Amino acid sequence: MSILINNDTKIIVQGLTGKTGTFHTEQALAYHGTQMVAGTHPKKGGTNWTGSDGQSLPIYTSVTDAKEATGATASVIYVPPSGAAAAIEEAIDAEIDIITCITEGVPVQDMVRVKEKLDASKSRLIGPNSPGIMTADACKIGIMPGSIFKKGSVGVLSRSGTLTYEAVYQTTVAGLGQSSAVGIGGDPVKGTEFIDILEMYLADPQTKSIIMIGEIGGSAEEDAAQFLIDEAKKGRSKPTVGFIAGRTAPPGRTMGHAGAVISGGKGGAEDKIEAMKTAGIRVSPSPAKLAETLVDLLG
Amino acid sequence: MNIHEYQAKEVLKGFGAPVAKGVAITQLSEANAAIAALPGPVWVVKSQIHAGGRGKGTFKELGKDAKGGVRVSFSAEEALANVNEMLGKTLVTKQTGPAGKQVNRLYIEDGANIERELYLSILVDRENGKTSFVASTEGGMDIETVAEETPELIHTIGITASKGCTTQDAERIADAYKLTGSARDQGIELFKTLYEAFTSKDMSLLEINPLIVTKENDIQVLDAKVSFDSNALFRHPDILEYRDITEEDEKEIEASKFDLAYIALDGEIGCMVNGAGLAMATMDIIKMYGAEPANFLDVGGGATTEKVTAAFKIITSDPKVKGILVNIFGGIMRCDVIAQGVVQAVKDVGLDVPLVVRLEGTKVNEGKAIINESGLNVIAADDLDDAAQKIVKAVKG
Repeated sequence: MSILINNDTKIIVQGLTGKTGTFHTEQALAYHGTQMVAGTHPKKGGTNWTGSDGQSLPIYTSVTDAKEATGATASVIYVPPSGAAAAIEEAIDAEIDIITCITEGVPVQDMVRVKEKLDASKSRLIGPNSPGIMTADACKIGIMPGSIFKKGSVGVLSRSGTLTYEAVYQTTVAGLGQSSAVGIGGDPVKGTEFIDILEMYLADPQTKSIIMIGEIGGSAEEDAAQFLIDEAKKGRSKPTVGFIAGRTAPPGRTMGHAGAVISGGKGGAEDKIEAMKTAGIRVSPSPAKLAETLVDLLG
Repeated sequence: MNIHEYQAKEVLKGFGAPVAKGVAITQLSEANAAIAALPGPVWVVKSQIHAGGRGKGTFKELGKDAKGGVRVSFSAEEALANVNEMLGKTLVTKQTGPAGKQVNRLYIEDGANIERELYLSILVDRENGKTSFVASTEGGMDIETVAEETPELIHTIGITASKGCTTQDAERIADAYKLTGSARDQGIELFKTLYEAFTSKDMSLLEINPLIVTKENDIQVLDAKVSFDSNALFRHPDILEYRDITEEDEKEIEASKFDLAYIALDGEIGCMVNGAGLAMATMDIIKMYGAEPANFLDVGGGATTEKVTAAFKIITSDPKVKGILVNIFGGIMRCDVIAQGVVQAVKDVGLDVPLVVRLEGTKVNEGKAIINESGLNVIAADDLDDAAQKIVKAVKG
């Protein structure tokens, strides 16, 4: 088991014909046979995409057509920021189950509009500004480097791409491996929050422990901590290590990620760390010690 | 992107919002004409800097008894004297930090007849993803203080994007302010107008503090602070024209030319990292080992050798930098590209301070080989912890 995706998941690429879409689709196809089954392009329907090693995928005019032809249940979006919201809306209209938006820099007002539509639909959106979703040795959606993963027991969730890699790499070296890894994205308005993924990890039998990596801005970490407290009262809990980036970030400045900003005295690192501790999460003192802290916690 | 108060009012006026008449000046020689263009009998002279708390701010060059950065003047002579005293001086507010900001522009405005001061802001509520009004009867005060001391006086009204700000929404806001008569009618129109301005111009914050009710029971925008979503500026060339680069750090301006996420800080260790989360964590770990970061810098996922070279030059141009830490976990970013960029930059501008490089991930061996063969005096590190300890030791001894 794992969460969200496995080796049966069929994926459509929105924005396959671009350079980024092409590169990461080649990487995904090479990763344990991830089933990338089609691409979409409004004007190139009926043609074929060819990768550098001669791989070929059909291109359809719309996500609806691609879904009908292939039976895909997931899509990944590599289109530029100005068209990303329309791409998500197209995937929602096509009733795609899991939509992952990699695009960074989507205007917030576009996401406000998308979020209303998303909330009224059955689709789940991961992102935008997400590094993607991985299920170790089974399925790769997005831009995470496959080589650092190893099938195992740790569920990783994060607002940051490179810190996800740190957690994955360290747990691989420590011999624990991962069930899945999900980057929920660094934007302020997004499809999926920590709570949603924590619920899945708590329910997943393969996942024995969790690493959750947050950062300054918003209150997703505080919400997640409260969720874990509430679930623990119902007898549901798994050993969890946490980390918060941005202890030294100055207030009022947006730290690279559009969502990483301390504003109006809210969203600071210390409050989040405190909330995590209250929820029984073991907070790693350093991003270099995520796996070490987890190994220590597991005893 | 932030803009000045007078620019914000210009934008809001364009949507039909009631703002007082005013004139912005950058030279003393413009002051008389500006004052004469307003009817009086009250003129307000306001410092235009990208920071809040101006009214309670103090000028570095003036004595402790001098007035703040926003001054009400009861004659043309007094207004002129205030212009003379404020223009070109350094205003320190609780948002500028101790260095303060030079006041290069003043906005001279027609004085208002204030009956009540209210607080209004519009922002996107991250909790529910809705554009929301924040309304409080406690205008003219720091809203953070109000939130702390009397949270019950703050009302949040979320707007459904597909419907926009409806009359019912606007009435709820008017109720929160207890508006009556003409002020209520004007308010309901104004709230719809402000929502339209916020969404159509992709603002990230619109703050009116205070929004006033005059003695004549009219509504007026007395102060305005507007920030825009920088990810949406591509569709607002008119807004981009408002950018005032004299308000920005020179290194940050240079970085923006190369599309680098860079923020200047006060420490001694320059950092170059890929990924925003890892870049923040790198700053944190430097601090943990007893030093301070000189900057935040995310070179991004698709950096080229040229971009890395530019980033390295920006870091070394900072005289406060006593050591540099390069920390890369290559996913999309390839370690060999980073290594080439660093080697090229050192060839171009030299290197007078210790440099610690930690590379991991995609093409790590190729990257390490490039560094090793370059003959550069580089301290290699195995992981982030090791890297942070080595650079702090190299700088602090």
